[in-house]
Amino acid sequence: MNAPDSKDSWQYRELNTRAPSLSVLSDTLIELAEAGHPVAAGTADLQHSNGLVGFARKFPERFVQFGISEQNMVSAAAGIATTGMIPYVATFASFLGLLACEQIRMDVAYCAQPVRLIGHHTGISLGFYGTSHHATEDISTTRAIADLTVISPADGAQFAQLLRESATYEEPIYFRIGRGHDPAVYDSQEPFKIGKAKTHAIGKDVTIIACGYCVHGAKAAMKTLNAKGHSVGLIDMHTVKPLDEEAVLKAAKASKVILTVEEHNILGGLGSAVAEVLAENPAKARLKRHGIMDEYALIAPPTHLYRHYKLDAAGIEDVAASLL
Amino acid sequence: MQNTTLSQERIDLLEDRAQFVRLETIRLIEIAKVGHYSSVFSCAEIFASLYYDVMNISDNPAWPERDRFLMGKGHAAVGLFPILADLGYFDKSWLDDYTRLGSPLGDHPDMRKVPGVDFSSGSIGHALSNGVGMMHGARMQGLDFNAFVLLGDGEMQEGQVWEAALNAASHKLSNLIAIVDRNGYQLDGKVDDVIAIEPLDEKWRSFGWEVHVVDGHDVVALTELLRKVKADKGRGKPCCVIAKTLKGKGIDFMETEPGWHLGYLSPEDSERARQVILSAKGARQ
Repeated sequence: MNAPDSKDSWQYRELNTRAPSLSVLSDTLIELAEAGHPVAAGTADLQHSNGLVGFARKFPERFVQFGISEQNMVSAAAGIATTGMIPYVATFASFLGLLACEQIRMDVAYCAQPVRLIGHHTGISLGFYGTSHHATEDISTTRAIADLTVISPADGAQFAQLLRESATYEEPIYFRIGRGHDPAVYDSQEPFKIGKAKTHAIGKDVTIIACGYCVHGAKAAMKTLNAKGHSVGLIDMHTVKPLDEEAVLKAAKASKVILTVEEHNILGGLGSAVAEVLAENPAKARLKRHGIMDEYALIAPPTHLYRHYKLDAAGIEDVAASLL
Repeated sequence: MQNTTLSQERIDLLEDRAQFVRLETIRLIEIAKVGHYSSVFSCAEIFASLYYDVMNISDNPAWPERDRFLMGKGHAAVGLFPILADLGYFDKSWLDDYTRLGSPLGDHPDMRKVPGVDFSSGSIGHALSNGVGMMHGARMQGLDFNAFVLLGDGEMQEGQVWEAALNAASHKLSNLIAIVDRNGYQLDGKVDDVIAIEPLDEKWRSFGWEVHVVDGHDVVALTELLRKVKADKGRGKPCCVIAKTLKGKGIDFMETEPGWHLGYLSPEDSERARQVILSAKGARQ
């Protein structure tokens, strides 16, 4: 029997009513447009998957349907931005952060255009759709691109807050979001700031540094382990770049172990970003990276994959417990 | 004397500016010691026609209503920079340091460094998409400018060009004008030996574009055509101008030797090329 937030299968038709972080995208863009921000949106044949159909109906003159042409969409978004609009373009993260990576680098980041790239259904959240639809390298690729901010929100409430800030943020941004079924971690009043990690607690034994979907499981694991008498903390590193190094070092001074958790290859992602900081700043803590261990995920419904790869609450608890 | 609405003064100006582009290209590549002479020489008249006649531009290179120029074939930027300096967008002394450490001017155009460059390029295949985006943005902002996108004929081999072409036709981006510099050569040889692209006019037409073919070195025919397609507000579709050109046009030994896509003229050959251009100029006057 699965928990209510653990759908083994899903229907796109029902997605918008069941997908908090994806309806957040459209709802927040509508809110920003109504508040007078020059936001525009576009997608590559996925307006029902990412919910932008809502924005398209409300502001058809500010919406561009690109069809299945992700590279064209990214280059065109940069062109749109030169006219003073702020385009938010969305498609599956695998096709955005990987297929259109060079267009992101050349036309968006290098040209310093305020484009907001929304890579949704990231990580292994597309489950049995398989490797073509998984994005376990998109943090690596985007993090290596200069002048590009990389954000991996934990849930819909946090995504909405950071989207609001993005309307006036100077740099281009790559947002990496989940399937829309991401369980809530925060209430809508919680404040967040791009580049500033959310420190839940610093643990004397272990501090988990997580991003995206994994924050939910990490928080549950922290609670369980603390209830058993251990001292476990959690930092939600929603902005992977620029990384909040101060938050990392503060934890590294107080904890025996830093455990990074991400729905991404352990090479190049959040774990690597944290490792870079620790390598250059000697601290007490040793580091353990947890995520996809440089492999391609199996075929399975997403929740089965999270369980298999120990990215759910029980799995993260297991990994953290092994470090105690 | 051709039958034209262009004044003799305007024709002289355009021909003079095309030759100015060629002479400056030779001078600048002497500084860098390697460059794309022949890629510039095939589109020198296109540069001249756009910047000294067709495009709606002002003294302010950031004027929001200006026409935009994008180069898919960014490697011809060495021919664009002298024009932008000539228009007063930056100091002409910048040209003297072309490609030197810290110079804003490199082999490809950079919008963050060079006033007057409407979009950076260098990665072939992006520019038509950038232009498509500018047209969508113009619609959203209620602006009516044109975007002229100069594409190499080798660039027709990039898939992204055709993604952009579909988008422009589907969204009826009638202010978008692509110009294909059909000089016939790319780095590895004749375009149609490397990967065949003909029938090019039929391809663009079948993608929903209005298509014109013109002699890309005839400044009168070229300028009249570009004026006409810019003025046509009832087309309801984007427009592609296929400019038939010669790689290395104006320099006899480059026209007959296609290996000149990227190269360096010795000082003696540079001088010879300069004399060829100057004598052609004298012969017309």
